[in-house]
Amino acid sequence: MGKTFAEKALGKAAGYEVRANDVVTVEPHFCMSHDNAAPIAKTFKKIGVKNVWKPERLVFIMDHAIPAPSDEHAVNHKEAREFAKEQGMTHFYDVSSQGGVCHQIMCQEGFALPGIIMIGSDSHTCMYGALGAFSTGIGRSEMAAAWATGKIWFKVPESLKITVTGQFKKGVSAKDLILKIIGDIKADGADYMSVEFHGPAIEAMSLAERMTLCNMGIEMGAKNAVCPPDAKVLEFIKDKAKSDEWEALWADDDAVYAQELSYDLGDLVPCVAKPHAVDNYAPIDEVKGQPIHQAFLGSCTNARIEDLREAAAVLKGHKVAVRTIVIPASWSVYRQAMKEGLLDTFLDAGCVLCNPGCGPCMGNHEGILAPGEVCISTANRNFKGRMGNKDSFIYLASPVTVAASAIAGVFADPREVR
Amino acid sequence: MKITGKVWKYGDDVNTDVIFPGKYTYTIKERSEMAKVALEDLDPEFTKNAAPGDIIVGGKNWGCGSSREQAVSCLKERGLGAIIAKGFARIYYRNCLNEGLPIIVSPEAVDAIEAGEDVTVDFDRGKIVTKKGEFAFPPYPDFVRGLIEDGGLIPHVKKSLGLK
Repeated sequence: MGKTFAEKALGKAAGYEVRANDVVTVEPHFCMSHDNAAPIAKTFKKIGVKNVWKPERLVFIMDHAIPAPSDEHAVNHKEAREFAKEQGMTHFYDVSSQGGVCHQIMCQEGFALPGIIMIGSDSHTCMYGALGAFSTGIGRSEMAAAWATGKIWFKVPESLKITVTGQFKKGVSAKDLILKIIGDIKADGADYMSVEFHGPAIEAMSLAERMTLCNMGIEMGAKNAVCPPDAKVLEFIKDKAKSDEWEALWADDDAVYAQELSYDLGDLVPCVAKPHAVDNYAPIDEVKGQPIHQAFLGSCTNARIEDLREAAAVLKGHKVAVRTIVIPASWSVYRQAMKEGLLDTFLDAGCVLCNPGCGPCMGNHEGILAPGEVCISTANRNFKGRMGNKDSFIYLASPVTVAASAIAGVFADPREVR
Repeated sequence: MKITGKVWKYGDDVNTDVIFPGKYTYTIKERSEMAKVALEDLDPEFTKNAAPGDIIVGGKNWGCGSSREQAVSCLKERGLGAIIAKGFARIYYRNCLNEGLPIIVSPEAVDAIEAGEDVTVDFDRGKIVTKKGEFAFPPYPDFVRGLIEDGGLIPHVKKSLGLK
């Protein structure tokens, strides 16, 4: 009987053969924290251990509210900075042109690697599976305990296999696929499970598209989400891998799955997730023509160079009808967009650009909504109050659907922009 | 261990943003302050009136969304006795154990319990006692019981490392 990806990765880390539902204790290869490194550091100090188990395994990336928009945030960043220094950490990404959204940096800078175990004090840590890592989000206490002990326990998850074939039609992208999947199996459809993406359409996808898929694994309850560590991944990590302990692990053909699903990309249409749940799927036709007040192109889900290119291609030669906030996922992406002239396209269209970071995604700054307002967003959550106001409405969509809607000032079908 | 409390009942997929809004994640740092905004975007009545020992009864996938532990801390600090739900999101489930907040999965009990009634959870007998009868739930595995009895992960780790 073959093994799933999760059985192989957790078995390798545990040092013995494991099967779904076994409980293992493993040493994480990298532990990512963002602005919440500061409160975690306080919890860590309560344990009474002086030093973290291996400072080179910790990565801090300031992104949730940068540069600090308030004195509380400033103090928070200061505490994280001081802790990193005091512990002799080398992987600290501050407010600087090396930085960006934490999950983007973890992938871009070579921390996310095939077959390694990664934990992060953020639910979207599951994104690193796009590069073949076993990666999952945890809470603050658990991260503090991991820093102290170098250990974390996991129940080896059962797995959900999603096989994807076919090709996207014009105006349809990875975001439409993942919103459709979540709409079908619902917000708890993959609870506690490892989601494996298989099939020729996944192999044909860019790493950016795979990141969009894996990023949203948590929105269906998954413990982790993962794509095959193929030649594209190996080429990407070459020269930048931050560890040599990685190994390209993948599921056996005869692995045993709790559930299997299949999708043909040719069946998909542009869509949105309506308020206030990510599984509230609707084809664009259902909302077309309804007014919007703001468009947001950003976040760890959909603000890589590939996303910006697609949105810019739609916006070129048009003016936006509503305030449109563009936040590239990192300064590296920002620079590349600048070189390609994409930033000019956004500015010519009337968009505003903010510095790379999480921006308004979870209601910290740079685009909070007023009561009654509607925002179309490329981010990953449309929960009530998520963008800072409980009486506003967030719709999730792909970069091209967001761009088309920004031009129209109403929900619009990206296939119809001329 | 046995707790009795008044029930606050909610539906499916209650997410961490409505339990503890994201806009407070870096502006509210003290646990006592976290307790004051618990469930602010879900049920302002709870925020105003919840008393120590009260019990939350939720549908499927309670606590989905963000990993923010404050969505558990704010309820623990409020003195909540337990959460009974049809199911919990994975990170929330772990955060509850790590904070030492008792949680029970019992779809049958959730269907039977009415908002506002007094419910007793008897952890030693593995029973939820409601107006409509008793519902059994399996005991926690030993190491989970250890976590809760020690008051959460941090005291548990201190103990296991021999630190005071």
